[in-house]
Amino acid sequence: MNYLAVFVVGGLICVIGQLILDLTPLTPAHVLVLFVVLGTILSGLGLYQPLVDFAGAGATVPLPGFGYALATGTMEDVDKYGFPGIFSGGLRATASGITAAVIFGLLMASVFNPKG
Amino acid sequence: MNKVVDMDKSAVNPAIMGNPEKKIGQQTLIFPSRPVIASTATIAGPKEGEGKLGNRIDRLLEDNLDGQSSWEKTESSMLEWALREAAGKAGGLSTVEVILAGDLLNQLMATHFGIRNLGLPFLGLYGACSTFSMGLLLAGIIVDGGFANKVAIGVSSHHNTAERQYRFPTELGVQRPPVAQWTVTGAGAVVLAKTGEGPAITCATIGKIIDMGETDPNAMGPAMAPAAADTIAQHLLDTGRDPKYYDLIATGDLGTVGKTLLIAFLKDKGVDISHNYEDCGCMIYHKEQDVHAGASGCACSALVFCAEFYRLMRAKAMKRLLLVATGSLHSPTSYQQKETIPCIAHAISIEI
Repeated sequence: MNYLAVFVVGGLICVIGQLILDLTPLTPAHVLVLFVVLGTILSGLGLYQPLVDFAGAGATVPLPGFGYALATGTMEDVDKYGFPGIFSGGLRATASGITAAVIFGLLMASVFNPKG
Repeated sequence: MNKVVDMDKSAVNPAIMGNPEKKIGQQTLIFPSRPVIASTATIAGPKEGEGKLGNRIDRLLEDNLDGQSSWEKTESSMLEWALREAAGKAGGLSTVEVILAGDLLNQLMATHFGIRNLGLPFLGLYGACSTFSMGLLLAGIIVDGGFANKVAIGVSSHHNTAERQYRFPTELGVQRPPVAQWTVTGAGAVVLAKTGEGPAITCATIGKIIDMGETDPNAMGPAMAPAAADTIAQHLLDTGRDPKYYDLIATGDLGTVGKTLLIAFLKDKGVDISHNYEDCGCMIYHKEQDVHAGASGCACSALVFCAEFYRLMRAKAMKRLLLVATGSLHSPTSYQQKETIPCIAHAISIEI
């Protein structure tokens, strides 16, 4: 049952992204920014948490999940440290994702020679 | 307002200015000495090799890089090869007096680096995908005007260099919309000579820039169709010819969408080309190759003309051709500044 929820919710988020690419002139970069920002706003308003509780990785792995991590991390740090938490929380909560992107990016760039 | 229009008209009115002897109507030049297309040469990438013209292209690359270290270098080397080959078939490179060439890249990068070792007088042309007919037209003027006996015209395009400049790096894997066309990887060259055997260029119509407000750089066929319609209608008006005069009217790279639009636009102007019209963009790839709306690029009309029409004309299977290469004159910067797409088409009448 868990797996089914993860599959359906994660899949539906991707379907929305695909529909945006197919039906509008927006590019993948637009979709990336749109989804992360939407995820952040929805999480800030407390609307994304129920989806995470229901679908787990189905909601945290796709792009809005990154926004969710940004928002929840910021809110946690604000609770803990007050005002400075606004600046530390988002990056702390997403540090593993960002570092992985940097490391794998560096790795790929050193192994392959991009020509495009 | 009316007065201004009257003044504009009088400025170009042949009755007042006197039409030059080699011009008919508003925009059409005639070449009474009938400069001859003495030779052609074609080179293309592997995807084009698998397409409809595959076995008619002189040389096919095994991959899109062909041993070079960048796509741009590959494009330059294709252009150089095509020019050398065409010149070689028509008496040798040393007999060519002027080279006219162009491509799609900023500062004509592929052309300038491809030409630099040829050591011949050269003029670079930019007309986007209309460059091939622009080159033929200008070469016609040079040869018919008696300024040279032999002029080589070359154009090139490369899928990956065009994607990098106009759209996205190919590695990004951006999905292409259904209306998008596939830039042809290849180069085509012809030698236009004062005398000799072969199809001759008899007249040419210089196009005007037409901008109907299209902004999507993925939909260039629809953007260019009005320019093609304008030039074809003007050509027929200037020459007094019926569309049926031609065995074939061929546009450069309108693709499947633009092709349908052009037939409709011309029908609105009272011109029916539905029986003898084809678009070069629909003659490069097979449908199964999944390129969406067809082919595009400078090399599109050049490859189809050099590899197919020229052969048919030499075999007398086609006697009168109107080649209307179409160009979309936007730049990556104009697109980012949300400008619309200015388009142009030049028509060349080729007869044997």
